[in-house]
Amino acid sequence: MQPRSRRPKLAVWKFASCDGCQLTLLDCEDELLAVAGQVEIAHFLEATKAVVAGPYDVSLVEGSITTADDAARIRAIRRQSRRLIAIGACANWGGIQALRNMADVDAYMAQVYAHPEYIDTLETSTAIADHVPVDFELRGCPIDKHQLLEVIGALLAGRRPAIPHHSVCVECKRRGTPCVMVAHGIPCLGPVTQAGCGAICPAYGRGCYGCFGPMEAAHPAALTGELAALGVDAPAQHRLFQTFNAAAPAFQAAAYPEPAEGRR
Amino acid sequence: MTESRTITVDALARVEGEGALHLAIEGNRVTDVKFRIVEPPRFFEAFLRGRHFAEAPDITARICGICPVAYQMSAVHAMESACGVTVPQPIRALRRLLYCGEWIESHVLHAFLLHIPDFLGYPDAITLAGDHPDPVKAALTVKKAGNAIVRLLGGREIHPVNVKVGGFYTIPERARFDALAEDLGAALDLLTGYADWIAALPYPEIRRDTPFLALRQGAEYPYCDGRLVSTDGIDAPVTDYERVIEEVHVAHSTALQGRRLDGGSYLTGPMARVVLNADLLTPKAKALADGWDVEAHATNPFRSLQARIVETVFALEEALAIIAALAPDTEPSVPVSPQAGVGCAATEAPRGLLYHRYEIGADGLITAATIVPPTSQNQQAIEADLRVVAEGALDLDDLSLRDLCEHTIRNYDPCISCATHFLTLTVDRKGRPRAVVPSRLRGR
Repeated sequence: MQPRSRRPKLAVWKFASCDGCQLTLLDCEDELLAVAGQVEIAHFLEATKAVVAGPYDVSLVEGSITTADDAARIRAIRRQSRRLIAIGACANWGGIQALRNMADVDAYMAQVYAHPEYIDTLETSTAIADHVPVDFELRGCPIDKHQLLEVIGALLAGRRPAIPHHSVCVECKRRGTPCVMVAHGIPCLGPVTQAGCGAICPAYGRGCYGCFGPMEAAHPAALTGELAALGVDAPAQHRLFQTFNAAAPAFQAAAYPEPAEGRR
Repeated sequence: MTESRTITVDALARVEGEGALHLAIEGNRVTDVKFRIVEPPRFFEAFLRGRHFAEAPDITARICGICPVAYQMSAVHAMESACGVTVPQPIRALRRLLYCGEWIESHVLHAFLLHIPDFLGYPDAITLAGDHPDPVKAALTVKKAGNAIVRLLGGREIHPVNVKVGGFYTIPERARFDALAEDLGAALDLLTGYADWIAALPYPEIRRDTPFLALRQGAEYPYCDGRLVSTDGIDAPVTDYERVIEEVHVAHSTALQGRRLDGGSYLTGPMARVVLNADLLTPKAKALADGWDVEAHATNPFRSLQARIVETVFALEEALAIIAALAPDTEPSVPVSPQAGVGCAATEAPRGLLYHRYEIGADGLITAATIVPPTSQNQQAIEADLRVVAEGALDLDDLSLRDLCEHTIRNYDPCISCATHFLTLTVDRKGRPRAVVPSRLRGR
């Protein structure tokens, strides 16, 4: 084992999010203590109050940027981080809270808060990469723990993470799951969604709902014709894409095909 | 002596979400306590408007990565209530099983990885594991067994995909549940083996008399159904939640005026459930609760750790019983057609009562949503506890006092991502009578 001071320093940071992606690390029940032996956990507030000052070898960043303070904080974190990995849909594309980007935030505030003047928030929820350079983006809402371990392992070994960019359809084929759209007429976003989850939804008899976001070169327009043929009307088609990765450019085009009222 | 000092923690560790603590002390008196929620708002209740009612379980799961099952359960029951549907017993049992999984993984995560390090003076469970590897490894094994339930029945541990309004998309094969049962039985033995170790932890002696509120269903320990009951006399259907909480607040701001502990607060969560449903615990959980005399210690917030362990033992036993009694050939779901109306539901999240209320149109689209998470309800009582704890420990230096205050907050396993939309209440509390839920509801 390397001496303690030579272990790479790992930091975990949280922005607007549900905490689920960083929880994925604590859900690695079989691997957690081994990982903790390989890296120095230098900043991970969900797990420890011990904080080691930067710089950090690897920063895992969860969540999206929704306040001016957070926009400043991510820049400070970037300056202290040799490698910065954005984990999950919020960090990659702004998350479900990016639905505000296409709505009237003042109206949202009035609906939720009795005193909107006390709320400090930006009008948009944006990805980490919109603010600072990001070395790698790990997809998912939430991320997959095997992919997370692969990314951490690859960084420790100094190689590029082996994360596939093909669609969920490939995972269904590998898993032997009959196509839910072809066999059962169930609407499915698998053909445009990046693999990584293991094609869980079709294996459980429902369509993929796109929580890993668009695959490389996704072409949702080709899919929406199929969805319409299955009886999914236009508003329902749009809602299918208006979820956890709605602000990803490839999904945004399908989610908001026409200028909507209040859209900026 | 009127020495004044301020204890501030800008970013609380080992809690879910972003919280902060502010404590102002004048001489031997605590003059200001704030358990602040600094997590930025995400506007779930706003963007739920216009969504289809069937989307609510997947969307609201994203409020909390640690208790997504709780959000899914409250959402599906509220929607079924709006549409006049009650699911058959086999589906109800499987929902309880899924909830068992979430309680096991969430309770063990909190108790062993986040809370016990406080009792023993460690910064985290990884350092704790350096000196006490066995309990930490045992905890990871038990946690994994809980997660395995959610993974099998939900599809994955975080944001499960198999829950829908009306039931489940699929029910896994019987043999896979039986395989799960072996691990759950082993986890039960492993966890109960640490009962003496847990009992021997040094519990700070604090007393406070906040009323407890929980569901009580009468025949089974509560998950997804029951009436709202409290230790100070509430007994009402969940449909009266908003009225009851108003009354709780009104009653207590009158009755408790002049007491140092603030009026209007109540507590939900493991201790509340154990106190109000002790007779419904499974045998080993009941024996543990009796052996520890958990009810007699309920006024000490630090004993919540034991309530959480009792409930973990309960959830393991309950899961085993549900699996043993699984009905063959169960239809995974019943159809639910939208109808215009209002539906509400409360279920017992690991941290306490989680209330959802929706209005939907005949087209199935949501027109209004209200979500009241447990930490929002506990926030006021947490501040009251902090005042009691701090005033009893003013001879400590700032660092030790800060550690004790953080430990006090962790007694509640606060789930701050969930509670975020209560930010205004924290601010509202400055200089005027405190409200728990009502001011926000009145603001609608």
